[in-house]
Amino acid sequence: MSEAATLPTVKDALALGLTEAEYELICKKQADAGGGAPNQVELAMYSLLWSEHCAYKHSKKLLRTLPTEGRHVVMGPGENAGAVDIGDGLVCAFKVESHNHPSAVEPFQGAATGVGGILRDIFAIGARPIAVLDSLRFGDPSSPRSRYLLDRAVAGIGHYGNSIGVPTVGGELYFEGPYEQNCLVNAMALGIAERKQLVTSAAVGVGNAVVLFGASTGRDGIGGASVLASAELGEDDDKRPTVQVGDPFEEKKLMECSLELLRRGLLVSLQDLGAAGLTSSASEMASKGEVGIDVDVARVPLREADMEPFEIMVSESQERMLCVVEPENVAAVLELCEKWEVGGAAIGSVTDNGRMRVFRGGELVGDMPVRALVDDCPLYDLQPVRPTGTPYPSPEATLPQNSTPNEILLALLASPNIASRRPLFEQYDAIVQSRTVRRPEQADAAVLAVRPLGAIHGLGEGSGPVAGIAVSIDCNGRRVASDPYTGTVGAVLECASNLACVGAEPLGTTNNLNFGNPEKGHIAWQLTEAVRGLGDACRALQAPIVGGNVSLYNESPPTRESAGPIYPTPVIGMVGSLPDVRRAGRLGFAREGEAVAIVGPFEPSLPASELAKLLGRPLPDGLPGIDVETVAAAQAAVREAVRAGAVSSAHDIAEGGLAVALAECCLAGELGAQVSLGEEFFGAEVAAATGREGNWSGIPPVTAAALFGEVSGAFVVSGGEPALLALGERTSVRILGRVGGEALHIDLAENGGPIELTLVEMAQAHGALGELFA
Amino acid sequence: MKFGVLQFPGSCDEVDALHAAGRVGDAELLWHGERDLRGADAIVVPGGFSYGDYLRAGAIARFSPVMESVIAFARDGGLVLGICNGFQVLCEARLLPGALLPNANLRFTFRQVDLEVVEEETAFTCACAGGELERSERAGARGERSEGSAADGHPILSIPAKHSWGRYHADGQTLAAMRERGQVVLRYAPGENFNGSLQDIAGVRNERGNVFGLMPHPEHAVDELTGSSDGLCIFASMRLAVEGARV
Amino acid sequence: MRARVLIRPKAGILDPQGEAVQRALPALGFEGVGHVHVGRLVELDVEDSTQLESMCEKLLANPLVEDYEIQLLDGAPV
Repeated sequence: MSEAATLPTVKDALALGLTEAEYELICKKQADAGGGAPNQVELAMYSLLWSEHCAYKHSKKLLRTLPTEGRHVVMGPGENAGAVDIGDGLVCAFKVESHNHPSAVEPFQGAATGVGGILRDIFAIGARPIAVLDSLRFGDPSSPRSRYLLDRAVAGIGHYGNSIGVPTVGGELYFEGPYEQNCLVNAMALGIAERKQLVTSAAVGVGNAVVLFGASTGRDGIGGASVLASAELGEDDDKRPTVQVGDPFEEKKLMECSLELLRRGLLVSLQDLGAAGLTSSASEMASKGEVGIDVDVARVPLREADMEPFEIMVSESQERMLCVVEPENVAAVLELCEKWEVGGAAIGSVTDNGRMRVFRGGELVGDMPVRALVDDCPLYDLQPVRPTGTPYPSPEATLPQNSTPNEILLALLASPNIASRRPLFEQYDAIVQSRTVRRPEQADAAVLAVRPLGAIHGLGEGSGPVAGIAVSIDCNGRRVASDPYTGTVGAVLECASNLACVGAEPLGTTNNLNFGNPEKGHIAWQLTEAVRGLGDACRALQAPIVGGNVSLYNESPPTRESAGPIYPTPVIGMVGSLPDVRRAGRLGFAREGEAVAIVGPFEPSLPASELAKLLGRPLPDGLPGIDVETVAAAQAAVREAVRAGAVSSAHDIAEGGLAVALAECCLAGELGAQVSLGEEFFGAEVAAATGREGNWSGIPPVTAAALFGEVSGAFVVSGGEPALLALGERTSVRILGRVGGEALHIDLAENGGPIELTLVEMAQAHGALGELFA
Repeated sequence: MKFGVLQFPGSCDEVDALHAAGRVGDAELLWHGERDLRGADAIVVPGGFSYGDYLRAGAIARFSPVMESVIAFARDGGLVLGICNGFQVLCEARLLPGALLPNANLRFTFRQVDLEVVEEETAFTCACAGGELERSERAGARGERSEGSAADGHPILSIPAKHSWGRYHADGQTLAAMRERGQVVLRYAPGENFNGSLQDIAGVRNERGNVFGLMPHPEHAVDELTGSSDGLCIFASMRLAVEGARV
Repeated sequence: MRARVLIRPKAGILDPQGEAVQRALPALGFEGVGHVHVGRLVELDVEDSTQLESMCEKLLANPLVEDYEIQLLDGAPV
């Protein structure tokens, strides 16, 4: 093999993000395979595949503890996306991924290409993407930088999703100080496929052709994965290479082309190109198929002249796919690419020697054993160290002490983590493809009909049930920071509660673990505890993990204001099924005179709540434990009642507690409510849960807890009183009052208040985010 | 009655339009590269981002082979409906007066809007205020609309709009002539005009009355389950017009 | 021959992009800025420069709402 330049040294390896020990191991692997020290092409490829982002060095062992099997699972972790059976020979494919570091550098393109990447993962397994959700976190909105990142990220997500014709149907948004320097942009996508159309990514068939199709290859994002996502973002900008630029129009053509190629049975296997480009796609396909692959970079369609072989192999140009094709089908594949106006070229072949070989024309420029590249990266054990006290600064107080309950409720409704997200989701097309039955803010989870509604004629009362899917994405990072185990269990339960509110039963889960630097003891502890909570909760709910993503090193060196790591943020995405979308639940009150009840276990606590944040309280060390069984029983009761059409509305109690939940039900239904909290809300268990110390704005702690304390597994439900009481057979129910009037009135008898706010006042507070998008 | 729904690279809502039209008659997709309209009685130019909205929305799609046939079809009096990006294409092709410009708020906006049906006698709105076909299709639909709740007694249609480039513009002279000739067919109801369209114009027809374009998406308002079925009457009107013309 | 076409919104038509830029500049410390308009630039090599006007009328600009200016650049393609 010729060497165009002198061999790289250990210094080059370190600059590429490898450790000295890893470099030596690579040298040994190459030597064992009959080669010498790695050349430029080989070192570049190892550095990417052995980066944290690609190899999951610090998380793989931990992820192996998660539950991944279940009766609905059709495709588990390890492929481009996971998939669950939804009946009728159909599956729902889904996954969540992050694009955090690129979004901090260039938020529009970072967020846009994040959406592009997750969509490719969906159609790479043969499913047509039907929905996107986004999960975003920025610093406090008082920071111009955070406002800028928010504005651009939303624009980027909208630009990509809207242009490609996939509706963005839900998501979440949080503002917290610890995300100021390290924003989080996670994108989730869902797709539908016939079970028999699913395709895997393993390269098989010695002599088969390897075909690259889609956009041409340029210098986008070179070095992105290894450098950005595997290290902290430093003060100096020299580690900020070009961010990838996405083109949704190109991807739309690519998607249609891919799906038609699969429909026609022309492909053996398919893989999308994401982080680390051709390097990871080709190597991983070879690894899964236990074969070798030869690639000739001279045959790759280029966008820029004079690209070096290593550049071609590591380029992260967007909108490209790699497939394995039997030789007799190659012409037909290229013809179909032409029809859809996407580029296509046969660039290599499958071999039986277990090696990843890179050629430039006839010249061999890189030769590595596939196993060494993909499977033999060392995995590290985390060294968790439980911290004493919280590493996070207390939030800044924004609520004046001695605010009345009315003022507190208005402040919560206007607070950035609770206020209406309408100014944001109005920038997304939520209805293209004609499946969306519940749009954002209509219910706790998005609901989509499995088949586009237009394809089913004669819908009306007389026709049969219309099968549906529901999806939710959730995580409260501040609660996870307060207690990684319980906070993560809470996030999983939150998803399931949201699904229950629309009448859906969980089928499977995906997760994106966003954490700081795992080489630090307290982060390792957060990660270990969070994964333990994730596993326990998914097992308890029988909603196994079918795939996910890990994003580590989300922290910056401490500066004057923003110090250190993000809150540990295990973002959970959960998909469920419901038998009839005509019965999909809604969150708003529906009819004057109907009863309002609180359903499920209600032991609200204040530490780590939104009210605690507004009052500038420090994060607590630990959260009250959650009785998962009791929560699951409440979820089941609500789900069945919604499915039976027995209740008019159902809404999960989350940030801001009961008072905020009631207000949200009023606002969504444009109807007031008259409710009262009896003595049982102010009893001993509540007092115990809240903790007796501290001044909660001059209100007795038990009152503050009852109104604004946070819980898992409690719901506000409205409907006919007998139907609500019937829920008492499976879980707790307490009737609070009636829907009616133009105001929310919460009577507290001897315990303070009352709260009395008109719909107009509440709507005005609730619209606070409008000024961020003016 | 057969609808032909055009499909360009980058069209997004063509399948939605296909299904919506399919509730009223037969419907078929027509590929942009082919000139054959396959005997369609009416053409639908759908929404989306044809050719990525490159240069200007609709600017490139207008020159496709299928559009050459559609232009000839329209010149012969054939019915053509343009929705959102389709409206943009028809304006670029000069089959409709005026132009669509970026929204005044510079953002893509998705919102359910109320539209006033200003002209009820057109080939695209004749079934939108209590026609026979429209009644039977709307079993169980919202009752309050038939009372004509808008100012001036215009029927109101609740239809979703979703676009970033929907601000209707024509010069003063053109606008005056259009109003006189009844070419302004749909207007955003008071308070509903989010894109800054002149005179709240949401949908216009050509002088002859056989070509009609609107920014909101009637194909996404054909089923109460997704929010509203008020858009169905536009397709129903086209069928009535085609069948009436045959008599 | 290399040509450059500048496309501008017609006077009198609302130009929200121009207005947005005009609002943003003072916030960055630039004073005394007015009459900002945002348009488009198309650059191309042509063999027959007399065709440029027709290209503008037919495709590159929408004459209903845009004005265009054709610049012929000297020498070889940039």
